[in-house]
Amino acid sequence: MALTGIILLQPPLLKAADDRLTLTGSSTVAPLALEIGKRFEKQNPGIRIDVQTGGSTRGVMDARAGLADIGMASRALKPKENDLTAHTIALDGIGIILHRDNPVVALSDQQIIAIYTGRITNWRKVGGKDARITVVNKAEGRSTLELFLHHLMLKNSAIKPHVVIGDNQQGIKTVAGNPNAIGYVSIGTAEFEATQGTPIKLLPMAGIAASVENVRNHTFPLSRPLNLVTRGEPSTLVRRFIDFAQSEAVDDLIQAQYFVAP
Amino acid sequence: MILSRPSISLRRNADHALAPLLLALAAGAALILLLVVVFLLRESWPLLDDGGWLRFVTDEGWHPLEGRFGLLPMVWATLAAALGAMLIATPLGLAGALFECFYAPPVLARLYRMMVALLAGIPSVVFGLWGLTVLVPLIARWQPPGASLFAAIIILALMILPTVALTGSAALRGVPASLLHGAAALGMTRRGIVTGVAIPAARGGITGGVLLATARALGETMAVLMVAGNVVQNPTGLFEPVRVLTANIALEMAYATGDHRAGLFASGLLLTLMVLMLAWFAARTNRSEDHG
Repeated sequence: MALTGIILLQPPLLKAADDRLTLTGSSTVAPLALEIGKRFEKQNPGIRIDVQTGGSTRGVMDARAGLADIGMASRALKPKENDLTAHTIALDGIGIILHRDNPVVALSDQQIIAIYTGRITNWRKVGGKDARITVVNKAEGRSTLELFLHHLMLKNSAIKPHVVIGDNQQGIKTVAGNPNAIGYVSIGTAEFEATQGTPIKLLPMAGIAASVENVRNHTFPLSRPLNLVTRGEPSTLVRRFIDFAQSEAVDDLIQAQYFVAP
Repeated sequence: MILSRPSISLRRNADHALAPLLLALAAGAALILLLVVVFLLRESWPLLDDGGWLRFVTDEGWHPLEGRFGLLPMVWATLAAALGAMLIATPLGLAGALFECFYAPPVLARLYRMMVALLAGIPSVVFGLWGLTVLVPLIARWQPPGASLFAAIIILALMILPTVALTGSAALRGVPASLLHGAAALGMTRRGIVTGVAIPAARGGITGGVLLATARALGETMAVLMVAGNVVQNPTGLFEPVRVLTANIALEMAYATGDHRAGLFASGLLLTLMVLMLAWFAARTNRSEDHG
């Protein structure tokens, strides 16, 4: 009897605290949100900012369900998500990465499509060494994958990957460890890793260098907004936090993470 | 004999109160398992409903966002990885256990035991990181792309080896000394005692340990996710990338909604059933040992 009591016990209802903000969602946005949150806490004593990851979709779902005050999404909202409001705090680009020792310096969209769909399987065909290409793709549901597929107008089932990865770090480590691999990751993270000595390089897209610079001036074709997502009328505290995240007071934090202030 | 024990103790007052309490707690432990299975069933129900489970077998490929839910390639990959790891870890672990129990000088045996226990304590993500940055590039130089069933088997074998070695040595230590002394008194050589007496006597415990280790290999997630390549396809060669059921859940759960999410819970359900079957098998081998 005692046992059923324990199982049926309801968790105490969470009171909506007015000194606490919960953010959940995109693992790309989370580190930035964490830094902005720390600065916000310092300027507003007594306020707690709680940041949890789980992907853009979770951010959108949690914001919608009221499980989080603010959702984080590393993509624009979809048409069927128009019950929510997106506040862009930064921009990020997705870049194709190769191993530093790979002699290939550029690939056209057509070549990238051919490589990812398995029609080109050797680097020699695109001006590289005679070696088999290792295609690195992202797991289904990730916003990076969606953006990549959308840009190349591909379906994920058409892609013939050799490695499927979860997050950016796993992608960078995979390409850094395999001179014949090709992958795509966040430009900010890739640029940061490349300057830290990780043997990877970013390829230009459509003749435009994959750099933070070109994401900022909106010339780089494969870029995305990093959004804070809210539902309905935001509370005063939520409003203040979003205003703060969009202000120039956090530009240095955005830069430090190799993202781009919008 | 076994039945008479509780009936005697129940006459005592303290035990009178204790027995139902223990029964309730034991039932609770069993209930947790039941709740897990019920939960998995409920969450995957949207897909299982109206014979939808057939799609796990008939759908070609795993593309949940396009409504395709073929799980079979991942089931085969999971079994292949666990089986391969078992085939490597069993002889190595068993040899270690025999060495420690019968051949090593006491100091060396203690040192060896400590090292194996330490190996058991290394977090799986560390194995994964080592695999991703050292093992996979090494294999890639020889058989690209490197991330493969082979890499998964090696990593898993390393992880379950201590389980096989430790349970094996526990089983060997459990062999009654009288048996061994009797064999020695009959003039058997050490090799004869080990192969003819100790191993047969400890067979049940050793098999049970191996099956438990295999269950661990089935359920291991992080390390395999980092080295197996995670491409959903039937394992046709050792050097082809594969995705196991656990990695499928870990890779996609955070990003899944609707039917996609239900499909991942179905993967979990399937995996739980596989582990349960193995556990049942392990229990059965141990029991038949007790009665034989």
